[in-house]
Amino acid sequence: MNKYWIAVTGTSVIAFLLKYSGHSVPEKWLSHPRIQRVNTLIPIALLSALVAVQSFTEKSKLMIDHRLLGLSVAIVALLLKAPFPVVVISAATSSALLYHFI
Amino acid sequence: MSKVSRLVTLNRATLRDSFSVSFTVGAYGVAFGAASVANGFSVLQSCLLSLLTFSGASQFAVVGVLGAGGTALSGIATASLLGIRNGLYGVIMAPRLKVSGFKRIAAAQVTIDESTGVALGQEVRSPEAMRQGFWLTGFGVFIFWNLFTLAGALGAQAMGDIRAWGLDSAVPAAFLGLVWPRLKTSSDRLLAIGCAIFALAMTPILPAGLPIIATAFIAIAVGLRQAGSSG
Repeated sequence: MNKYWIAVTGTSVIAFLLKYSGHSVPEKWLSHPRIQRVNTLIPIALLSALVAVQSFTEKSKLMIDHRLLGLSVAIVALLLKAPFPVVVISAATSSALLYHFI
Repeated sequence: MSKVSRLVTLNRATLRDSFSVSFTVGAYGVAFGAASVANGFSVLQSCLLSLLTFSGASQFAVVGVLGAGGTALSGIATASLLGIRNGLYGVIMAPRLKVSGFKRIAAAQVTIDESTGVALGQEVRSPEAMRQGFWLTGFGVFIFWNLFTLAGALGAQAMGDIRAWGLDSAVPAAFLGLVWPRLKTSSDRLLAIGCAIFALAMTPILPAGLPIIATAFIAIAVGLRQAGSSG
């Protein structure tokens, strides 16, 4: 089994167990404000890190290339309150255009 | 409430809310399918992630981490940390749905941001509308998300060089689109920027994938401090 299959299987099993356990534990266990607060912040941290790593790294090196334009266009689209597909497509299009010209 | 009235009182507003959320969110599956194939997953693996993991942020995370050269373990860990919130949604929904056995398994699988969000949004109408909103949105997103994943994966497979099509920028843009609505306060934005800089700074030092997971600990530390100081 290569790493892709391990990742697919492991992610899927744990994702379901997390969902199912939530349906099976008493509500008061997890209603603590600290748990609620941490749970709000974890996606912010991980997703922001993913944006940065996917935009500015290549293997283990830092790199600025055509993806910087894509990310900038995505930020502008989000500031203009564009819907999600527009954000993704405008980032992809601008990045692809720059990739062809450099 | 009897079975008969449950069948005839399908709230039209609930149906409309559920469908519009299901279709628009499901359509993001194109971006996931394309991103997954662009990061080295096969079409089959991409579709299995959508069927079995069925949680957008977790799925994007695992393909993002492995695509950046991370190990399976760091991919699974990052995806699972993002999946914790589905467990908390389950805690919120369980006393409202009151299901067991196979129905509970089905409910668990479709417990995601959107089904929980629509359900809680219907609560002002009636408890029945709330339950309908949960199931309609859960299954609606499930169907569209999986169909669109297949379309995106096949499309990306046909494209060849992903950079020429901008897919290498579509993935971080998708992450940005997922995190953007969560940045409600200036401390949220500060955390986001801090974690981005931290992950970049650690990239040349730590093995791939670890710089991303490490930011979860920043979130935990900040969250405990904030919750502690606000009582």
